[in-house]
Amino acid sequence: MAKYILKRILYLFLTLFIIASITFFLMKLLPGTPFSNQNRMSADQLKIVKAQYGLDQSVGVQYVRYMVGLLHGNLGTSFQFNNEPVTALIGQRLAPSMQIGAQAMVLGTILGILLGAVAAIRKNTWVDTLATFISILGLSIPSFVLAVLLQFYLAYKWKIYPVALWDNFQSSILPTLALTALPLGTVARFMRTEMVDVMSSDYIELAKSKGNSNWKVVTKHALRNSLIPVVTIIGPMAVSVMTGSMVVENIFSIPGIGEQFVKSITTNDYPTIMGLTIFYSFLLIIVYLIVDILYGLIDPRIRLGNGGKE
Amino acid sequence: MEQIPQIPKEKFKLVHDENNAEQEKISTPSLTYMQDVRRRLFKNKVAVVCLTLLSLIVLISIFAPVIAPHNPNEQQVTLSNLPPKLGNLNIPGMNGYQNMGGKMVDAYKQAGAPKGTSFILGTDYLGRDLLSRIIYGTRLSLVVAVLATLVDLLIGVPYGIVSGWKGGKTDTFMQRIVEIVSSIPNLIVVILMMIVLKPGLTSIVIAIAITGWVTMARLVRAQTFQLKEQEYILAARTLGEPSMKIATKHLIPNLSSTIIIQTMFTIPNAIFFEAFLSFIGIGIPAPNASLGTLLSDGQKAFRFLPYQMWAPAIILSIIMIATNLLGDGLRDAFDPQSSDH
Repeated sequence: MAKYILKRILYLFLTLFIIASITFFLMKLLPGTPFSNQNRMSADQLKIVKAQYGLDQSVGVQYVRYMVGLLHGNLGTSFQFNNEPVTALIGQRLAPSMQIGAQAMVLGTILGILLGAVAAIRKNTWVDTLATFISILGLSIPSFVLAVLLQFYLAYKWKIYPVALWDNFQSSILPTLALTALPLGTVARFMRTEMVDVMSSDYIELAKSKGNSNWKVVTKHALRNSLIPVVTIIGPMAVSVMTGSMVVENIFSIPGIGEQFVKSITTNDYPTIMGLTIFYSFLLIIVYLIVDILYGLIDPRIRLGNGGKE
Repeated sequence: MEQIPQIPKEKFKLVHDENNAEQEKISTPSLTYMQDVRRRLFKNKVAVVCLTLLSLIVLISIFAPVIAPHNPNEQQVTLSNLPPKLGNLNIPGMNGYQNMGGKMVDAYKQAGAPKGTSFILGTDYLGRDLLSRIIYGTRLSLVVAVLATLVDLLIGVPYGIVSGWKGGKTDTFMQRIVEIVSSIPNLIVVILMMIVLKPGLTSIVIAIAITGWVTMARLVRAQTFQLKEQEYILAARTLGEPSMKIATKHLIPNLSSTIIIQTMFTIPNAIFFEAFLSFIGIGIPAPNASLGTLLSDGQKAFRFLPYQMWAPAIILSIIMIATNLLGDGLRDAFDPQSSDH
């Protein structure tokens, strides 16, 4: 197991290195300059500004510099946004994104598990149909559409929640709800398939024939065993929540990293785009790694990488 | 040895002669695999409804120039932001009346529209007919989806077949690439490509295709691995068939179910990405309409003119739901065991 984890961490750095390199050269390929009013600057001024950002050196030198900086956890300086270091920019904005992301993941997973389990237990009844319908809706309706609808009805029309504000828990409810739909749909669907499988297995038959109550069979045997594979979809779920949060944060004006990313794109702030790209990739690779390790720990049948031997 | 006494032939009698023939008769025509798939698909009511809906949407998109009542990019600034109106029918919400300061006012009369003008889904802030824009927008979104899927097929399927067929070192190397590509978040690659390339249809297709083929390649590879061990493939190899011919003649037909099902999940994905990119403003450039740009425009005016958001939102959701459900239906039809679950 330790060897496997070590190997994975090695790959993590390799992948990050490749992503960082690709991002760097892509940004260099971009047409135009990062300065918005270059025409009004004199040649000397331009030289000073370029030197300030290290843009006067050759691309190779810039690349080595950036990579060395990356090793020290330095993602460069933003061209816009008050010339702040990109790391500081991310640091300030991490908390709101993490909060709504985590809330949506937890809420979506719990509701999804319940919905999927109920659908599986009441298989082929109207309960099942309704649950399947809800999960399909959650899977299909893009989070930004949902966000706008929630904003219009719950905030603007019925005034239950603030339209767009970020101060207390109250203001995180709508964005969380908008992001919850996708994990809910994904988990519910997955859970139903797993649970139906488990419910028709021999040990459930045995548990039933021993005279256990239905409730006990479901909670003690069926639910537990169907939960294990659900761990595997946490990774893809994190991706979808992250994707959703970019627009949802924008719609609700939440000062998070998703909103920052979109803003950097529209203002051509290359260092910030680069920094956030690397940061996002890092986050996701870590999530995938943790999920894989967790899965190996929970289910001893699957010890990845070494053929089932410890 | 004891002699077996001769039994006269007349003593033998066929029991239930006609009945036997009846029992042995094959009453249902034998079906090929594809016929069976089709039968199972058409028995699934949900899938049929989705198929019909999608066919309708595709047909409308193909014949958009004939069906759309107006030019989607034609601006009539005097007739901007008109509410929906369906002829002279007096249906609340579809009669051209608008709530202005607590009173219902005929917005068409106020804007000085010539008599008889009616926009079924109203107009946007530049006075463009929303229905026509939605028809053309759906068309553009579907074009993105089809092109992205084609690229997906052209890269993902051969990649998966080669990787699975060759095995060994080639496979390990090819899978390493897949691993790296798939560990980079899709959306980030798409966004980066969109920043580097000029916004537009081609860029969106390229951006989606760069990451989209990975899932297809993975599935095809896994399936190829299984098929490789089948007797008929072994027979073909023993007979000296070239690999290329085995791939086209034996592998692809047997992979078709996997490919078709995966395609049904690529399409909504592509449509979602297009809408997403256009929504945050780096997708299809103005003045062309796509479902994403329409949603983005609609969202800006949603507080006061909700109809501008509703129509594209509903169409987008219908397409997404229908493709997802049809994908499920196809999976059940191709693999009946999965529906027993």
